[in-house]
Amino acid sequence: MSHWSEATQERAREIISRYPQKRSAVMPLLYLAMAEEGYLTNEGMKEVADWVGITPAQVQAVASFYTMYKRKRTGKYLISCCTSISCMLLGGDDVLHAVEDESGVPHGETGADGLLSVEHVECIGACGGAPAVQVNYELIEGVTPDKARDLVRWLGSAQPEVVNTDEMQELFGGVRSFDWAIRDESGAVGPYPAFQPLGTVGSEGNA
Amino acid sequence: MTTPLVVTKRMTEFPADSHTIDRYEETGGYEQARRATGMTRDELVEEIKTSGLLGRGGAAFSAGLKWSFLAPSRPSYLVINADESEPGTFKDRQLLERDPHQMLEGIIITAIANEVHDAFIYIRGEYPKPARRVQAAVGEAYARGHLGKGILGSDYDLEVTVHLGAGAYICGEETALINSLEGLRGEPRLKPPYFPAAKGLYMQPTIVNNVETVSNLPHILAMGAEEFIELGHPLDTGTFMLSVSGHVKKPGNYELPHGITWRDLIYDVAGGIPNDRELKAIIPGGASSPWFVPEIHLDHQITKDVCAEAGSMLGSGAVIVMDDTTCMVRAAERIVRFFAHESCGQCTPCREGTTWMEMILRRIEEGQGRAIDLDLLLDVSDNISVGLGWPPKMTTICPLGPSAVSPVLALRDYFREEVNAHVELGGCPLRPVEVHA
Repeated sequence: MSHWSEATQERAREIISRYPQKRSAVMPLLYLAMAEEGYLTNEGMKEVADWVGITPAQVQAVASFYTMYKRKRTGKYLISCCTSISCMLLGGDDVLHAVEDESGVPHGETGADGLLSVEHVECIGACGGAPAVQVNYELIEGVTPDKARDLVRWLGSAQPEVVNTDEMQELFGGVRSFDWAIRDESGAVGPYPAFQPLGTVGSEGNA
Repeated sequence: MTTPLVVTKRMTEFPADSHTIDRYEETGGYEQARRATGMTRDELVEEIKTSGLLGRGGAAFSAGLKWSFLAPSRPSYLVINADESEPGTFKDRQLLERDPHQMLEGIIITAIANEVHDAFIYIRGEYPKPARRVQAAVGEAYARGHLGKGILGSDYDLEVTVHLGAGAYICGEETALINSLEGLRGEPRLKPPYFPAAKGLYMQPTIVNNVETVSNLPHILAMGAEEFIELGHPLDTGTFMLSVSGHVKKPGNYELPHGITWRDLIYDVAGGIPNDRELKAIIPGGASSPWFVPEIHLDHQITKDVCAEAGSMLGSGAVIVMDDTTCMVRAAERIVRFFAHESCGQCTPCREGTTWMEMILRRIEEGQGRAIDLDLLLDVSDNISVGLGWPPKMTTICPLGPSAVSPVLALRDYFREEVNAHVELGGCPLRPVEVHA
């Protein structure tokens, strides 16, 4: 019945087994659905409904509540610019405008070639490294408008398969909220958070 | 400022590998959890109550007291609130990334104290890297038998699951978080009857604790409640973490003793204001908290009680500093916009009120404001927070709506002339401002 790959189905079964009631698995399964197709389709929501035994309408009610479940086709790279208070104070709006201008994609939209989506977001917990930007939820702190333009050009030319937070911080970042100290070897492969709950299996990587 | 570091000690001394289980165990890690497996619920609850530890998530409620309220029916659950989303707050992110085992040991202690065998760590969706770190730490702990069946050589079972949110500030409210974890929309529940300690996750007794709160637990057991009390203020024990952001030379997270002043924090700890500009306003405890101004509050001590007396709160410990180039209308608009965006929509005063407040503030900032607009803002605010006091008298299920009122109170109390100047000028008197270095 399932349209998902065998690996994804196995992951779904494992996720569901972690919860006392299987409806609790809705949120992680919605991320699996996004990873399958790049964004959340009606078919994806129907699939999730089947897995946890609720109706597609109930799944949609959940999905529509949370901003990270993208129900429209999203670019290969989702650029999220924080314009909440701490980032705004240090030029977050200018960073957003630089990203929009350089990419030609206004916030809330996706470019015609499907490469970039741009959005402005509320606080992403990087206030000590304001202004902050995320690419596929991987963080860059201390971004300037010029560096933001560089980032947009780099995504267009390098088109990395895996988006790595340390690499981007080195290339385009500045002040950080705190010393990151330890390199993170994994990263994001699409416009959804690079995290898989793996039960008892310890792993740093998802990419 | 010579108080020793507690929750940030290991990451400060061993920055390269403070997140690994090897470093954690070499520095005394999991010894207190092991000890806790031999202690009773009463002993543990009593020790934490005695320590005076207050929740570090914003509400500052006694952690031990919260535990003692847990209803007797079982199963009970533990949920760690790592949905850190209050604008200005980024302390939990550091604790999650840099010392995840410290939190896990706190989870084990909390679980034993509350007879919990299933714990969930709810991490905000925009924190994939912290979530990966925590998941890796959970994997390490399982591999060493510190989690799972018969933890730490005892006959106690404990399962820990990392759960990722998906972009909703309101899920930091504990009952909304529980709904979200049940696979529902993250809408807060009414209290009463839905106090988590009685009717929480799956309508069972549930403890919801913040990351920093549980990260303190191994240290309290190690040093003893008495020593922990001495680290802090008698009414607010231990150290606390402040996230400092905005117009300061050295933004960051600082673990501090209670009792220093705002002047110490801004001009000493955080290095002062860039370009030697003047301080204009301080948001003392996250976007929800009523603002302070230097003329009145700069030499106030940073404690829960002094803040409360002055009509605000320390909240999540997020200090946002604004210098004299900052337009207060614009700052207020940005904070109100946040709450309008994050309102879950259940309660009309919040859903409609925050949206109208955002629009009114924006039109003032953009030069379309009218002379009566401040009164209009206060009128709308009064519908969400009756009497406009602090703590608020709410007309809503949760405190999100009343939080949006805080910046409006600052405009009324300290910046009325600046609002009027916008209206008279037909635009912002502070723009264009220089770009900050």
